[in-house]
Amino acid sequence: MKNLFQKLFVYFDSRLMLSSIGELAKKKKVPEHKHSFWYYFGGICLFLFFIQVITGVLLLLYYKPTMDSAYESIQFIMSQVKFGWLIRSVHSWTANILIGVIFIHMFSAFFMKAYRPPRDLTWITGFFLLLIFMAFGFSGYLLPWNELSFFATRVGTDITGTLPLIGKAIKSFVLGGPDVSGATITRFFWLHVAILPLFTVILLGVHILLVQILGMSKPIGLSEKKVKEVPFFPNFILKDALGWMLILTLIGVLCVFFPWELGKKADIFATTPLGIKPEWYFTFMFTTLKIVPAHVLFLEGEILAIFGFMIGGLIWMLVPYLDRRSGKEIKSPGFSLFGLIILLYIVVMTALTYLHPNL
Amino acid sequence: MKKRYKKNILFELCVYLSFIFILHPNALADGCVDCHREMDEGLKAPAEAFQMDVHQKYGLSCTTCHGGDPGQEDIDLAKDDSFKGAPLRKDIPKFCGSCHSDSLYMRRYNPNLRVDQLELYWTSQHGQLLSKGDTKVAVCTDCHGAHGILESSHPKSLSFPWNIPDMCGKCHSDKEYMKGYSISVTQIEDYKQSVHAHALFEKKDLSAPVCNDCHGNHGAIPPEVSSIAFVCRQCHPSAGELFSESPHKAAYDELEISECEACHGNHKILPPSDEMLGTGEGAVCIECHDSDSEAYAVAATIKQKLDSFKSKMQDAEDKLERADRQGVEVSEVKFRLQEAHTILIQVRNLTHSFSLDRIEEKIEEGQGVIEEVAEAGEAALREAKFRKRGLIVATLFIFLLALALLLKIRQIEKQSPQ
Repeated sequence: MKNLFQKLFVYFDSRLMLSSIGELAKKKKVPEHKHSFWYYFGGICLFLFFIQVITGVLLLLYYKPTMDSAYESIQFIMSQVKFGWLIRSVHSWTANILIGVIFIHMFSAFFMKAYRPPRDLTWITGFFLLLIFMAFGFSGYLLPWNELSFFATRVGTDITGTLPLIGKAIKSFVLGGPDVSGATITRFFWLHVAILPLFTVILLGVHILLVQILGMSKPIGLSEKKVKEVPFFPNFILKDALGWMLILTLIGVLCVFFPWELGKKADIFATTPLGIKPEWYFTFMFTTLKIVPAHVLFLEGEILAIFGFMIGGLIWMLVPYLDRRSGKEIKSPGFSLFGLIILLYIVVMTALTYLHPNL
Repeated sequence: MKKRYKKNILFELCVYLSFIFILHPNALADGCVDCHREMDEGLKAPAEAFQMDVHQKYGLSCTTCHGGDPGQEDIDLAKDDSFKGAPLRKDIPKFCGSCHSDSLYMRRYNPNLRVDQLELYWTSQHGQLLSKGDTKVAVCTDCHGAHGILESSHPKSLSFPWNIPDMCGKCHSDKEYMKGYSISVTQIEDYKQSVHAHALFEKKDLSAPVCNDCHGNHGAIPPEVSSIAFVCRQCHPSAGELFSESPHKAAYDELEISECEACHGNHKILPPSDEMLGTGEGAVCIECHDSDSEAYAVAATIKQKLDSFKSKMQDAEDKLERADRQGVEVSEVKFRLQEAHTILIQVRNLTHSFSLDRIEEKIEEGQGVIEEVAEAGEAALREAKFRKRGLIVATLFIFLLALALLLKIRQIEKQSPQ
């Protein structure tokens, strides 16, 4: 048996240079310091992404992306397919946890100034990955075609439609018509299972490759000092795997005790129910749009807020080039404060959405 | 040249303005309204109210009913020979009927509007008493208003469904006013506790019956004992049909008991409950049937069968609810449970047939559905238990794996050079 494995390894090694990958893994080191804990979130993101791929592929076996049968197919998965309830619940819960972990990963990278060159491109690809996963969430939310997702999509795309000049065109393209309809579910499905995965694979590939080439960033101040380093394989990866197990247990508990609900089937002729809101990771923007005054000077408040998000996002993406001090390995408390304000803003606005839904 | 041009402009302006006043009747000031608006509250109110009046909407004015010359500024000249003033109360039905009974005249404004109101009114209790000289009874203006008459489809109209009980109650709930008529004054109070009022006021169901649906409107009269059942059958045909086929029909007719009213009451028709059946407290059957009669035993059996059916249905529903709370998808089974609910409604309706055989047959049909639902509920509960056990096993497995990893990490860390 051992002989057979050895032969197979030699066969593939001579073609795929497996030994050199192994050598690389042995050489790869991870710095160990008091903030090392935050390094593990990148690996957890990757682990959760693989769960999403596996459960998503399994859901594809039964899911039907049409207005007439989307809801019924999910109902079938939940009630008739063996472990279908588990697959669907894992997919939905993991989607939410994944975005939460991406936020943690992003803010930890921000506060450790891990974005400073030469890791600027790693930061930018990470930023786009966050946007892609939010798009995954937005498009996937509609796919069960239930009441909440239908109206949340309508509210979300209505906001896009308010953008001057291009808003209506974008809305029409995304929805496949003037309103959420059968064409929308087809487009969202296409986006969810074809386009976004393609971009994810490309960006994730670049992101991971950059991490391998450049290694893990050390916080400012530690860069100059001799910092203890541990081998990536097996020391770091085993600790990372511990985190995966923890998160897997959490997902299991959530799925058994709080299975993701299906709700009522969407009725396109029904009036929008009260208190409709998007998924939690969009609520900070949603609540901002609700509380922004109708007019600020000569501008419409809503449009101003949307532009604010766009400019804010751009600044966030370009922070490696704006924070020149950290680029020179000098601490930049101004940017730390900026990050803290953004974090507080997101937390407060998200909390407001749930604590004061009638704002 | 310039002067002539100015003159031409002025002339053209005058011509246009004249046309506007001639062609647009509202452009002319209405003398009645203008003067009445300046008067004391009592005389001002009609002019104010008329602005909302349905007659005004159709282009009618004060003079259409009251005559006179609105073009005169002097009050005496305005009240010319054609002036009719306010009609006496006893003359109001004829006053309104002069137009509303004229089919040719009414067709010009609303071809769909009935023109038999006056004719019906004279057949009503109100009309009959009025013709005998009793001017306390309701006339057209009491129910429709005088100058602010709104279409009955307008929610603020006195004759809009949810305003009708209070509108009738203005007189019929007034003990002093109704003195001498020897009829109860609690009808409106009773009605407001009824299942019909609940449907109208709480559920906003405009099809729920109000006073005029049972008594008639223009021809309002209390229904006779023999006609009550037909009044109820307008909305409850199935229960009525079952009752007609039952042995009670002949007995009630013979004893001159009004059918539906005997068990359900009249104005205070409370939501029917299963407690009305059987032989227990609140049962209506025992009001007529003695405890040693066969009908008494049938009533008891019907109640017992119904209770047993409900109890089984409740059990099945509880199982589904428990499974649902534990996150098992049971919406399809819940849909099946709806069938059992429908059967329960049918059984309740069948009680109007007082036929034990028919009721038993329907209950049996429902029990089949309930058994199916209960089985599905049990399966769902087993599934919930299985999930929890599975989670425990999986967690244990993950825990062991994590422990093994932890030990391995420690071993590696010990081996690695510091």
